[in-house]
Amino acid sequence: MSTLETRIDEWRAAVLRGRMIDEADAQELESHLRDHIADLGSAGLSDDEAFLIAVGRLGRIDQLSAEFAREHSDRLWKQLTVTREEGEARASVWGMLAFAALAAVLVHAARLFAEASDGFAFWFARDLSFFVLPVLAAYFAVVRRMPLRPTVTLGAVVALLAVAVNLFPFPVGSATDLLVALHLPVVLWFAVGVAYVGGEVTSHVRRMDFIRFTGEWVIYFALIALGGGVLLGLTAAVLTPIAPEAIDDVMLWVLPAGAAGAVVVAAWLVEAKKSVIENIAPVLTAIFTPLFALMLAVSAVGYAFAGLGREFDRDLLIVFDVLLLVVLGLVVYGISARGALRRPGLLDVLQLVAVISALVLDLLVLVSMLGRIGEFGFTPNRVAALGLNLLLLINLAVTAWHLGRMLAGRAPALRLERWQTGYLVAFAAWVLLVVLALPPVFDFA
Amino acid sequence: MNIDKDLVAAMATPLVLAILMEGSSYGYAILKRVRELSSGELEWTDGMLYPLLHRLERQGYIHAEWGASPEGRRRRYYQITDAGRAQLAEQRRQWVTATRTLGGLWGFAIPATGV
Repeated sequence: MSTLETRIDEWRAAVLRGRMIDEADAQELESHLRDHIADLGSAGLSDDEAFLIAVGRLGRIDQLSAEFAREHSDRLWKQLTVTREEGEARASVWGMLAFAALAAVLVHAARLFAEASDGFAFWFARDLSFFVLPVLAAYFAVVRRMPLRPTVTLGAVVALLAVAVNLFPFPVGSATDLLVALHLPVVLWFAVGVAYVGGEVTSHVRRMDFIRFTGEWVIYFALIALGGGVLLGLTAAVLTPIAPEAIDDVMLWVLPAGAAGAVVVAAWLVEAKKSVIENIAPVLTAIFTPLFALMLAVSAVGYAFAGLGREFDRDLLIVFDVLLLVVLGLVVYGISARGALRRPGLLDVLQLVAVISALVLDLLVLVSMLGRIGEFGFTPNRVAALGLNLLLLINLAVTAWHLGRMLAGRAPALRLERWQTGYLVAFAAWVLLVVLALPPVFDFA
Repeated sequence: MNIDKDLVAAMATPLVLAILMEGSSYGYAILKRVRELSSGELEWTDGMLYPLLHRLERQGYIHAEWGASPEGRRRRYYQITDAGRAQLAEQRRQWVTATRTLGGLWGFAIPATGV
């Protein structure tokens, strides 16, 4: 290999080392470098001289990296988590474990309190997320060094929420109580989001980071839950011959503490081991988008012909809503993982198929639901379901439109990202409404 | 002459878009054209052009495609899009206003027509 080639190789390695400039960008810069060297060479300069001048003109690698990082902020984020000093990394582990332990202790304290007062109390199930998610929010507020004002505001809002929900006079078995229990974790997840973005709630880029974080957190939490399930199952199997009476105790103490701690641990893992999930998540999206597209298309056609029928009850409604949310998640995740610069391809077509099928299903659900409301009137459950389905319908319709335009090459993927990050506000407002306004409106029925 | 950094940054987008109006091009050629147009007075660090090109691509103003140079090396070619043309027209209006304003004070006339 000639000296020039060796030098270009060394230069390329140096450019890639900072992780801010990826393979394709480096190739583009290298092509520039070679053009320039060739030009200088034809003007009579030696290879060495030409290389030095061209590299100098291209700019210092650190400044170049910083400039690329500004444009590709997702890469900057990756670098922040890997170049931490070792001592700092160890401190971050201990900090994370402290918050995880706090969540576990809070859950157990609340459980013991509930047991001491009146055995099983529904408030414990309803408030469970209050003992875990605010701890996660606090963890992010500390890690992100969130400014004081937004921190205090966020804390006050969560505290107010906790007081309000627990002052509501729900009778036993109240439907609105159950709705609050279902929506409260989502509300608190948005509180986690505010802390996650360090209070910069208006930034679309940070919101997209949060959406990405949510998807990756789900993957990590599911992995930890799987491992935990295996551990507990084996523990029970090992204990059976010697101390079968201890099994229940072990489950009672380990399971809640483990689950609460895992919420924080999963969040830390997302940040610390980002590149691992970055490799898995696009693969998962690529595998499941076609499968979900097929499944949705078949069920959309099936239900469109068969009609939803009388048997369409609340359980099935929840299944449909979860399905629609999963589709939305897959699409958003697919968009965020695809990289802003990739050309539209088969995967995007499949996403469009999935979204349009989901739209058809959602329309069918809405029609059936409106029929029921016309027949039997409004109940808290119907209002909550109607609102969520309308929210999803609007989101899916606009998503389909954006995907279509993107596939036609008429708009960048950025538009769809903006739409989804903007829509977070609508979701947050709706769940907050269900938790705070719906119970009083329906007299806590 | 050393042109102020902020001014160079402000000019960069319309300059790149206007050069791409002349036809699709690639980074090195765009920089050569800048040098030629400004008779070498407008200088920026070569590498900084690429993050700018990527931003314009993300915003949908230009479209990039890998191709090959006459020598067979891989090279990224950029092409202006309809949105880019609209953006350029808008920026051009602003620049004409800015230069006309200053020209009024400094005594050189900018034709108001042809925009």
